Amino acid sequence: MDELLREYLPILIFLGVAAGLGLVLILAAVIVAVRNPDAEKISAYECGFNAFDDARMKFDIRFYLVSILFIIFDLEVAFLFPWAASFQHVGIVGFWSMMVFLGVLTIGFAYEWKKGALEWE
Amino acid sequence: MGITLLAFYLFAIVAVCSGLFVVLARNPVHSVLWLILAFFSAVGMFILVGAEFIAMLLAIVYVGAVAVLFLFVVMMLDVDFVELKGGMAKYLPFGLAIGAVLLIELGLVFGHWNVADNAEALRQSVTPDIADKHNTIALGSVIYTDYIYLFQASGLILLVAMIGAIVLTLRHRTDVKRQNIQTQMHRDPAKTMEIKNVKPGQGL
Repeated sequence: MDELLREYLPILIFLGVAAGLGLVLILAAVIVAVRNPDAEKISAYECGFNAFDDARMKFDIRFYLVSILFIIFDLEVAFLFPWAASFQHVGIVGFWSMMVFLGVLTIGFAYEWKKGALEWE
Repeated sequence: MGITLLAFYLFAIVAVCSGLFVVLARNPVHSVLWLILAFFSAVGMFILVGAEFIAMLLAIVYVGAVAVLFLFVVMMLDVDFVELKGGMAKYLPFGLAIGAVLLIELGLVFGHWNVADNAEALRQSVTPDIADKHNTIALGSVIYTDYIYLFQASGLILLVAMIGAIVLTLRHRTDVKRQNIQTQMHRDPAKTMEIKNVKPGQGL
């Protein structure tokens, strides 16, 4: 247990350094930097034009489709990790159960490929 | 042990505070960012109890994907926050009533919580000690064999989610030009190009 946590200690230290550095940079900007904003300086800059529109606008639904398909395959891969780690323990049943799982998702993959959900038009 | 305890309190405090800010933040995009921070602190706490795989899953799936989806939804809804706040007074009693009902329900559940006699023993037997079996391997050795039906059911749920998302959102536009790789590959230069001899001073 402690062995395991010791391996993560560098990450914790790194996390601390990252948080500290972020804070220092923000605070330094607050303390040191000269600030006298006016309306032109703080307005959104759009390549020389006046801003056409609010940045908050409706996205195309296809972005959503791409990300939800990404999540599904993300989860599929997540199931592969413990399977690979415990490959010598799961035996033949575990092997084929994963093959069936992958087969089911391959059907879905074929479906979305044929449907053209992976294409960007 | 001191660092472990310190890290636990750090993660716990950050988790609770960021959870609070998820609710309190005025801008929904900021709420989602606080939510990501809450997920990250949960990852830290999972690592502290030795559940590495769950921690990484939380980081990859929740932080990487679900939070992005949340942002998408927040951006896609195109809600006018001033307009939303206007209805606040109207819906406040209703919301408070629902909150009170939920609180009472939670209280009732806690009041009648009976721990089974062998609950502690069952918990002990399921998880092998982290020293002699790695957490990920321990999970893997039961998911695919002992819980095979649930595992296959999760595969089917993913399939349904995939097909559902495609059926609901995929619309083929007919007014755009698409690239057809097959025709591009089989394009014959001899048929597509033509050299014409144009005399000076005359057009084609």
